[in-house]
Amino acid sequence: MLAALIVLALFGAWELYADLGGVDQLILPPPHDVASSLWNDRGYLWHNLQVTGGEVLLGILVALAAGLVLALAMHLSPTLRRAIYPLLMASQTIPIVVVAPLLVTWLGFDLTPKLFIVGLVCFFPVVVSTLDALASVDAEQLKLMRTLGASRVKTLLHVETPSALPGLFSGAKIAVVTSMIGAVLAEQAGSSDGLGHVITYATGQLQTAQAYAAVALLSLFAVILFALLAALERWALPWARTARKAT
Amino acid sequence: MEKTLEAPAEEPLHVHGPLGVAVGSVTRTFSGRRGEVTALAGMSLRAAPHEVLAVVGPSGCGKSTLLELICGLQRPDSGTVRADPAVLMPQRDLLLPWRSALDNAALAPRVQGLSREAARARARPLFARFGLAGFERARPDELSGGMRQRVAFLRTLLAGKPVLCLDEPFAALDALTRQEMQSWLAGALAAEPRTVVLVTHDVEEAVVLADRVVVMSPRPGRAVAELAVSASRPRRRTDPALLALREQAMAALEAA
Ligand SMILES: Nc1ncnc2c1ncn2[C@@H]1O[C@H](COP(=O)(O)OP(=O)(O)OP(=O)(O)O)[C@@H](O)[C@H]1O
Ligand SMILES: [Mg+2]
Repeated sequence: MLAALIVLALFGAWELYADLGGVDQLILPPPHDVASSLWNDRGYLWHNLQVTGGEVLLGILVALAAGLVLALAMHLSPTLRRAIYPLLMASQTIPIVVVAPLLVTWLGFDLTPKLFIVGLVCFFPVVVSTLDALASVDAEQLKLMRTLGASRVKTLLHVETPSALPGLFSGAKIAVVTSMIGAVLAEQAGSSDGLGHVITYATGQLQTAQAYAAVALLSLFAVILFALLAALERWALPWARTARKAT
Repeated sequence: MEKTLEAPAEEPLHVHGPLGVAVGSVTRTFSGRRGEVTALAGMSLRAAPHEVLAVVGPSGCGKSTLLELICGLQRPDSGTVRADPAVLMPQRDLLLPWRSALDNAALAPRVQGLSREAARARARPLFARFGLAGFERARPDELSGGMRQRVAFLRTLLAGKPVLCLDEPFAALDALTRQEMQSWLAGALAAEPRTVVLVTHDVEEAVVLADRVVVMSPRPGRAVAELAVSASRPRRRTDPALLALREQAMAALEAA
């Protein structure tokens, strides 16, 4: 509610500023131009949103699956953990803007380089937050499981993995945001569709309103995805909220 | 007489071990950042099969360490530990927040390889017998402190081990609930006899529940006194014989 009011106020200020000629409309179009572009170009924008949305969703899924597996492996083997953690950190310092065009040349214009880049930027938050959650299981709890007759694998399955799920969700929420940036950069590096392509193309054509419309759609998509994830988490892990309250 | 596959609800689970517990002059030293800490030095005790042994001692005298040794979670630096397979009930209940009360109680059979339904079938009759009927589907955060300890105790029982190591199971409860839980535990052990090593701070709890009470010295811990509690069960807290034993145990604790 409050968020909606703030957004409304910001739009009002922006409209006033642009209408009063504070800045060239090619650089900052007023919101009503952006709105009319959203409406007039809806077919074109919708198609490209689907392309970007598909890349983002698929990329996040890949990162979640691979991240969970790697986090479990690193949790089980301290050696692996020590070996991989620095590599993981290093992967985050890769300047995507620079590498993206090279990847496109290498992997082609299709989905592959986009999935790779989205996966790359999402992977780290997923692995780190899952790994932390796995390691935060009480030592007492692990002892208890041993005296109850649980093998290492059973303990991992029945105790550590469920406790790591809230961590996996936190990672996924961060990944939603970073994945958008990744997908747009990947599309700008070489693509004939997607919202990243729309932004590059529209800016080149001096159709700034359309570029802003694409940005607005991206933000909206991210907000919706984030809210869906939060709702899914509440539904799937009802115990996590009360447990957090208790501690 | 005809035998049914499902044991009748009143039938105990029949878990026996030939050894009970025998701890012989055990020493256990931890080396930490602040140098060495000797938790136990020359600690000995015995519990016969199906005997309830209470261990009382000041804070930090190595009681939890003793239980972990009996459960095989640690090894002594010297001395011997011989015991039937033992299961630990830690001070905190450590119920899994995402599992129902029933599934928490059934955790041991589940991780030992039974299907979810088969594990639940083991736990369900115990809920009815031990005052938890109707709470099968409740999540731990919906249970009171006393209820949680009951579920934790059933989880311990269902591990199917002959020796139960209870580490201050009721220390976190308020006085009234604690008394209620002590009676409950006495009843549960009468119905399901096991070899029990009950660690507690509470001398009254020790004499109300145990067949024998071992008093430990401050760290490094060892047994300094041993009292037999011969009062018949069910016991009353106000029984003069028990009150006298309480005084004796207190005196031994202070002298140690
Ligand atoms: N893993 C460990 N590493 C280092 N020191 C330890 C370890 N476990 C126990 N100790 C030390 O050994 C001593 C005995 O600990 P223990 O937990 O067995 O005592 P306790 O009698 O159960 O105490 P309390 O009544 O407070 O529960 C303490 O001084 C403790 O700090
Ligand atoms: Mg202790």
